[in-house]
Amino acid sequence: MSGITQTLDPEDARNAAREVRKRRLQAFFFVVPLLVFLIFAFVAPITTMLYRSVHNPTVANLIPDTLTALEDWSGEGVPDDAVLTQFATDMKRMANDRTSGQLADEINRALPGMSSVTKSTARALRRVEDADIAANGAALLLEANDRWGDAATWRALRNAGPVYSSSYYLTSVDLERDIDGSIVQRDTQIYVQLYTKTLKMALIITGLTIALGYPLAFFMAHASSGLANFLMVFVLLPFWTSLLVRTTAWIALLQTNGVVNSTLDWLGLIDEPLELLYNEFSTILAMTHILLPFMVLPLYAVMRGIDSSYMRAAISMGSTPLGAWSKIYLPMSLPGLSAGALLVFIISIGYYITPALVGGTDGQMISNIIAFHMQVSNNWELAAALGSLLLVLILVLYWLFDRFVGTDNLKLG
Amino acid sequence: MKRFPEYYSFWHIAGHYGLRVTAFAVLLFLMMPILVIMPLSFNAEPFFTFTEGMLSLDPEAYSMRWYQEIVDDQKWRIAIRNSFVVGIAAALIATTLGTLAAVGLASPWMPYKRLITALLLSPMIVPLIIIAAGMFFFYTQFNLVGTFAGLIIAHAALGVPFVIITVTATLSGFDRSLFVAGLSLGASPVKVFWDVVIPLIRPGVISGGLFAFVTSFDEVVLVLFLAGPEQRTIPRQMFSGLREQINPTILAVATLLVVLSAAMLFTLEILRRRSARLSGTD
Repeated sequence: MSGITQTLDPEDARNAAREVRKRRLQAFFFVVPLLVFLIFAFVAPITTMLYRSVHNPTVANLIPDTLTALEDWSGEGVPDDAVLTQFATDMKRMANDRTSGQLADEINRALPGMSSVTKSTARALRRVEDADIAANGAALLLEANDRWGDAATWRALRNAGPVYSSSYYLTSVDLERDIDGSIVQRDTQIYVQLYTKTLKMALIITGLTIALGYPLAFFMAHASSGLANFLMVFVLLPFWTSLLVRTTAWIALLQTNGVVNSTLDWLGLIDEPLELLYNEFSTILAMTHILLPFMVLPLYAVMRGIDSSYMRAAISMGSTPLGAWSKIYLPMSLPGLSAGALLVFIISIGYYITPALVGGTDGQMISNIIAFHMQVSNNWELAAALGSLLLVLILVLYWLFDRFVGTDNLKLG
Repeated sequence: MKRFPEYYSFWHIAGHYGLRVTAFAVLLFLMMPILVIMPLSFNAEPFFTFTEGMLSLDPEAYSMRWYQEIVDDQKWRIAIRNSFVVGIAAALIATTLGTLAAVGLASPWMPYKRLITALLLSPMIVPLIIIAAGMFFFYTQFNLVGTFAGLIIAHAALGVPFVIITVTATLSGFDRSLFVAGLSLGASPVKVFWDVVIPLIRPGVISGGLFAFVTSFDEVVLVLFLAGPEQRTIPRQMFSGLREQINPTILAVATLLVVLSAAMLFTLEILRRRSARLSGTD
């Protein structure tokens, strides 16, 4: 072999290299259309979200002059009259542009209650002549609302100013910046608790799918192939059935006058209906049902390849069934088990629909709060920061999965 | 009574039956919710539960009124049409681009194979809520939010990984020397692709397309964020139905969807067997 490469003259080597380049390019050429499409349709949106989590130009665009004037302010006491007058001028302009609401929303996030103050001030200043504002804007501002005489208000305004800010990430882990810039705990602790709860629920769901899926996969893997194929239909049919259909079915089963309560009542086991729906219990139950096939399928695929004579040999030589299973079968089925477990875990931490429909208030997960900030509170930057953290979490898990299990164990039915 | 080997202890035999009972109980758990909604969708009363008449099998207690409702209600008709339009368009885009890419990825000369594969499969791993938020931010700049084009592009991106996986699996049984043979006989790569590769991997391509279609057909998170009132799909209509006013029309729709999934499952199984036969791995 080495003899050939040594005798290869430079001309041939160049030709060979050119041929390799050509073939590489040819292969790449097939992928280009999809790559371009996905970069536009998927990669750019995700990047935009990551960017959005640190980038918020709203305040900087609304009151640039006020922010410039505020740069010299010490942070204590009321800023001098020039700053206040400049702000009053900006307020009047925003009132006329109908953009004061945007500023109100932004300040309100840092200082609750400022939304109405900002809006009423904007309304008050709208009627004032420009010359009056230029002459005594500071006094007019303080007259409109005394919270403009509060240093905290101006600090909130100044802190909302920078176009790039880490504050959304701080908020999403329940931290904030203090007056002097040090990082402290927020008064309201929501998100860390929610992340913990989401992880806890995902862990419970994973545990339940293992508890239910392992025996089923084991049974099917050791049944005759005719029976196994027949039973597989009952795993695949729910798997292929729409998510909404399965969630609907659980609502029909669990609601106050639903099938479960009626049955229990008919059996005389309960006097009044149980509250089974719209809580953490129903979320976990429905999600376990929905994700169970993701556990059974990889487990079954791995177990099908395990030779059952190992187990028989161990038992025939005096091992207990449980001993033989834990020492021989379990380690051999581990690739399927970890593939299923991580798949279920990864899918459940990002779940949205089922908690939204059957979760009530205490079954909500991190995705639901992201949707809330996107659709209801319109705090898109915070939604982006919470989403970016979730994305990082998932990518780390996936990386671990790929490293220790390998993505080849992922099969579709 | 089944005969067990002599070395089996009592516990082993108990375990054997215990396992059997557990396995059937789990299968029942998997199937029960789906089985329950089917008879409920024929309820004559507007409830989500079995009436006494239904339990005593009184024909009066059963009716087709909720199925009639689907036909009569314009909202459902539009939703059904939208679901098929978006699903088919998204599946076509995902299948065309995905099949081409899978052929490229199957080549031993493909540069940056791992990185590109990871990128192409990533829409399957990232949670939908994150994709939805990102697409909302990005698509707004192109006025794609609230349009069919935006929704189709979004759903096509979601379907791509499934096409890549199924077509790659089919291609692993594909003899590459056929491609080389075609080229050596003077055909262009495109012609070889069209006349030799495609016929051989067709079952994989069709099942990839079906996966992509089902992904779109079942998807609701992106629809919630990206679609306007005119792009309401079946899952979106069910979602608002479940949130606002629950009535058995949803159960009738659900039943039809279960029937559709069963048909889809059946088709895929046939395709899988064909593909196994073509590649000789069966």
